[in-house]
Amino acid sequence: MTHTDNPGRESQAAPPLLQTEGLRVDYRTRNSTVTAVQDVSIIVRPGESVALVGESGSGKSTVARAMLGLLPDRIARITSGRIHLNGRDVTDFTPTQWESVRGHPVAMVFQDPLSYLNPVMRVGRQIAESVKRHDKATRDVPARVAELLELVRLPASTIRSYPHELSGGMRQRVLLAIALGCRPRLLIADEPTTALDVTTQAEILALLRDLRQRLGMAMLLISHDLGVVWEECERVYVMFRSRIVESGATQEVFARPTHPYTSGLILAAQAARDSNGRFVTIEGEYSTAQD
Amino acid sequence: MENIPSTSASAGAAQPILVIDSVSKNFRIAGGGTFAAVKSVSLTVNAGEIVALVGESGSGKSTLGRIALGLMQPDEGSVTFDGTRLTGLPAEAFRTLRTRMQPIFQDPTASLNPRKTVRELLMQALWKQPGAGAARCTQLLEDVGLRPAARFIDRYPHELSGGQRQRVSIARSLAMEPRLIIADEPLSGADVSIRGQVLNLMLDIQKKHDVAYLMITHDISIARAFASRVAVMMKGELVEVGPAEEVLSNPQHAYTKRLVAAVPLLGGLTPASAA
Repeated sequence: MTHTDNPGRESQAAPPLLQTEGLRVDYRTRNSTVTAVQDVSIIVRPGESVALVGESGSGKSTVARAMLGLLPDRIARITSGRIHLNGRDVTDFTPTQWESVRGHPVAMVFQDPLSYLNPVMRVGRQIAESVKRHDKATRDVPARVAELLELVRLPASTIRSYPHELSGGMRQRVLLAIALGCRPRLLIADEPTTALDVTTQAEILALLRDLRQRLGMAMLLISHDLGVVWEECERVYVMFRSRIVESGATQEVFARPTHPYTSGLILAAQAARDSNGRFVTIEGEYSTAQD
Repeated sequence: MENIPSTSASAGAAQPILVIDSVSKNFRIAGGGTFAAVKSVSLTVNAGEIVALVGESGSGKSTLGRIALGLMQPDEGSVTFDGTRLTGLPAEAFRTLRTRMQPIFQDPTASLNPRKTVRELLMQALWKQPGAGAARCTQLLEDVGLRPAARFIDRYPHELSGGQRQRVSIARSLAMEPRLIIADEPLSGADVSIRGQVLNLMLDIQKKHDVAYLMITHDISIARAFASRVAVMMKGELVEVGPAEEVLSNPQHAYTKRLVAAVPLLGGLTPASAA
C-alpha cells in the first residue's frame, strides 16, 4: 500500500484526462423521470488512481457509463453538465464519434467478464479483434496478443481457450488484456473484483497496481468496497443518492470524514460493534434502506 | 463476546444442537469421475451458539450447509440435530424435526413466492400451528423490524426493498420457532448500510428466542464480528476451527493465513478514529 503525502502533486499541472462538470443524467420511464446523477464533478489526471464509491442505486455506474457514452439510448439522457476526455468535449458525441475515443484514451472493465466475452470465440481471437480495431499501428497482431497475455500473466496457451473454460479470475484477466490492447491512458474499472474470491481479488488488484505503474495508466475504480479503495486509490469521491457528498485524498477522507454518510459507511464497512455489542448501522436521513 | 466458545473448558455446559460427524459428499462429474465436495468433515454447533463457516467458492461450505439441512444426503457420515440422527430418519419424522432447523438464503427474492403476499407467505409457514393467525403474523413482522406490520402484511415481495425481503424470509423462518438457523450468505446481496441492520436483527433473535446460527459466509470481517467460533473450509476439508477472534487474528493453517491476509482492510483506521 502506498500513499503519497500529496497525491498527484506532480500531475497537478497536467490537464485532466477525464473531467465531468455538473453532470446530470435523467432516466425516463413511461410516466416519470428519475434523476440518477446530479451535479457530479469528477477529475482524473494522468497516472492517478481515483475511486468512486457508493452503494447500489447511488448512481456510480451511471456516471461510469456516461463517461464512455454507454448510457442506454432513449431511456437515459445527459440533461446538463459536460464531459471532457483528454481536453475534448465529448458530451454531445454521436455513437460513431464515441467509438473513436472508446478503448483509447479510455477503456473499461466490468464486474462480470462472462457477459462481455463472446462465449463461442476463442480468447486469442477476441483479444486480436480489440488490437486490430483500436491499435491500428500494430502490424504483428499475434505478437501483440502474446505480449498482452504476458502482461496480464496468463499462460500463452490461453489463446486457444473459450471463456467458459477459464476461472473467474482468468476471465477478468482476459477482459483486462482486451482493454489494454487499446493502449488506454485511463482504465475505468466498474466493480472489477466484486464477483471474485478474496484471494483472487488480491491477485487482480496486485496486477492492476503493477500495470498502472508499468504503463503509466490512470484508473477510475468504481466500487462499493471501502477496503479495496483504501488500499488502491489516492483520491476518492463518495456518492450518495445521485450526488457526490464528499471527495478528497483517500487517507484524509477516511480518517476525517466530514459528511455523516461517509462516516456511517466507514463504520459499517469495518463491521464494527459498539459497546453494547450492536453492529453500526446507517439510520435515518442517510440510510439507503427505503420503505 | 456474549457467546461462550465451546472450548474444552466449557464443554460440560454446552449442549450440542447440531452435530455433523465425518460427513463426506462426492459429486459425479459429467464424462466420468467424481468430485469430492466435502471430505470427512466434523463440526458441532451448540445450542444458542453462533458459528461461522468460512471459505471461498468451491470450498464445499454450501454443500455442507445443505447436508446439515437435510436437503442433500451425505455419502458417508451422519448429521444429528437436537439429539436425533437425521440420516436415515423416516420422512414424516424428518419433516417434523426439520421445522426446528430453518434456512435463510442469500437471495430472498428467489426464495419468496412472488405471487403470494407477506401474509400468505407467513401463513404458509404457520399452517400447522393451531390458532396461529393474523396476530402471530403481525408479531413475527414486528420481531424482524417491519413496523408497523400493517404496512407490510399485504404487500407482495416485489413491493419490498431487498433488506425488507430478507426480513420477511427471516420472519418466515422464525414462524417455525427454530432452534437452529442455517444462513447461507445472508448478506452478500446487501449493501454495507443494510448489513448492520440484518446482523443486529439476527443478534436480537438469538437473544429473544435462543436460536443457534450456522452462518455460511465468504466474508471474514463479518465472521469475526458476528460469530463466537469459526470453521474454515478449503477444498472440501475443514482446515481450522476455533474461537473466531483467535483463529482470524492468529491463523495457524497456511490457507487461513492467506485468506485473512487477502482481505483488504481499512488498515490503521480504528472505529474510533472514523467516528
